[in-house]
Amino acid sequence: MLKGRHLVDPQDFSIQELESIFELTQEIIDKPEEFNSICHGKILSTLFYEPSTRTRFSFEAAMLRLGGGVIGFSEPGSSSVAKGESLADTLRTVAAYSDIIAMRHPNEGAPKHGIQYCPVPLINGGDGGHQHPTQTLTDLFTILESKKRLDNLTIGCCGDLKFGRTVHSLIKAMSRYENVKFILVSPKELQVPDYIRTEILEQRNIEFQEVERLEEVIDQMDILYMTRVQKERFFNEADYVRLKDSYIVDLKKLKDAKEDLAILHPLPRVNEIAVEVDDDPRAWYFRQVKNGMFVRMGLILKLLGVK
Amino acid sequence: MLNITSIKKGLVIDHIRPGMGLKIFEYLKLGKADFTVALIMNATSNKMGRKDIIKIEDVIDVDFAMLGFLDANITVNVIEDEVITEKINLSLPVRVQDIIRCKNPRCITTVERDITHKFVLLDKEKGIYKCEYCDHIYSWEG
Ligand SMILES: [Zn+2]
Repeated sequence: MLKGRHLVDPQDFSIQELESIFELTQEIIDKPEEFNSICHGKILSTLFYEPSTRTRFSFEAAMLRLGGGVIGFSEPGSSSVAKGESLADTLRTVAAYSDIIAMRHPNEGAPKHGIQYCPVPLINGGDGGHQHPTQTLTDLFTILESKKRLDNLTIGCCGDLKFGRTVHSLIKAMSRYENVKFILVSPKELQVPDYIRTEILEQRNIEFQEVERLEEVIDQMDILYMTRVQKERFFNEADYVRLKDSYIVDLKKLKDAKEDLAILHPLPRVNEIAVEVDDDPRAWYFRQVKNGMFVRMGLILKLLGVK
Repeated sequence: MLNITSIKKGLVIDHIRPGMGLKIFEYLKLGKADFTVALIMNATSNKMGRKDIIKIEDVIDVDFAMLGFLDANITVNVIEDEVITEKINLSLPVRVQDIIRCKNPRCITTVERDITHKFVLLDKEKGIYKCEYCDHIYSWEG
């Protein structure tokens, strides 16, 4: 049962519970008109302690398409938070007005702290560089939609794997499925943090390799999850010049890739996916954005216990 | 070796890693004690080469789990009538609350008022903990 539960970490839900959300999401995609007033009279609060227009729009559009209402703030300066209210008190207050809450917070672990004081379902909409579970649900659903399965996959993650929290969540979530392998492509200084390597990959005996160049490994991948590499994250100019083109997908690199590769990206992109790739059937990132809203619709329905 | 009178009744905290003795002395607030206490630093030890020792001439309440967190190799001898009546071996506690602070500058515990600082043991051998909020690793060695 997902009714009344919180979503803080992608691993809060079992594989079966995720499956039930994805089934419902597919129903919503197939017959949106059957869901457009199902949340009539319900209110979602969006508490955005740091701006993230995309994520907020996705949550709000999801609730509006379910026929519910939305209240919230998109920067803490305009709320009682600016007057020094604790997170615990803000959540207790907002929970009095709403049926479900989505929160984005710059401090890591904020939702884990917050759920102790929140009597209605709290959805983590991103906490600093830590977790972003609804992005992960979106990513999993898009993998499922493109490959028709979540097991027996080789998943490439490319770019900034150190600070890219979407990648951390994706690795955690996908490592629960059978026979999933990871190819981690990044410059040395931007490899995944130690806890991902020790607590997840090594502890669960998951096959993974860490390489510096995408072109060397792209042919092995079923999924390619791209993230942006910022120049200022490199330790030195020489490495940047030597490696920067390795973290850009273009049609030339795709020549070596599988016919049915699916390229995902949490967006926004800068130049890490060349625009020429957009029309390639292997580009799934715009579909992924739309899925983000559908998955949040499914999630809201499950946590409210409406479906 | 420097001779410190043996105690009649109390605790001997032995095999403290050199340098850690003062930390434990301070943690137990022994500087303010009104009974006899001794902090011996850099004593010779067959087992460790050098060690610190604390002797306490009183029976005080000590949180042994927390002592174990500070230094898991410590042994505590309980003394009565000048003989050791109990030897307590310490181990790292599974959970640590409000003793250490998360070193992640982005952690919620750095900004939220009245929050409990919670850590859970990850690796017994290496003494590695993680923050229960942000998953940041904490090891005693830093
Ligand atoms: Zn922390």
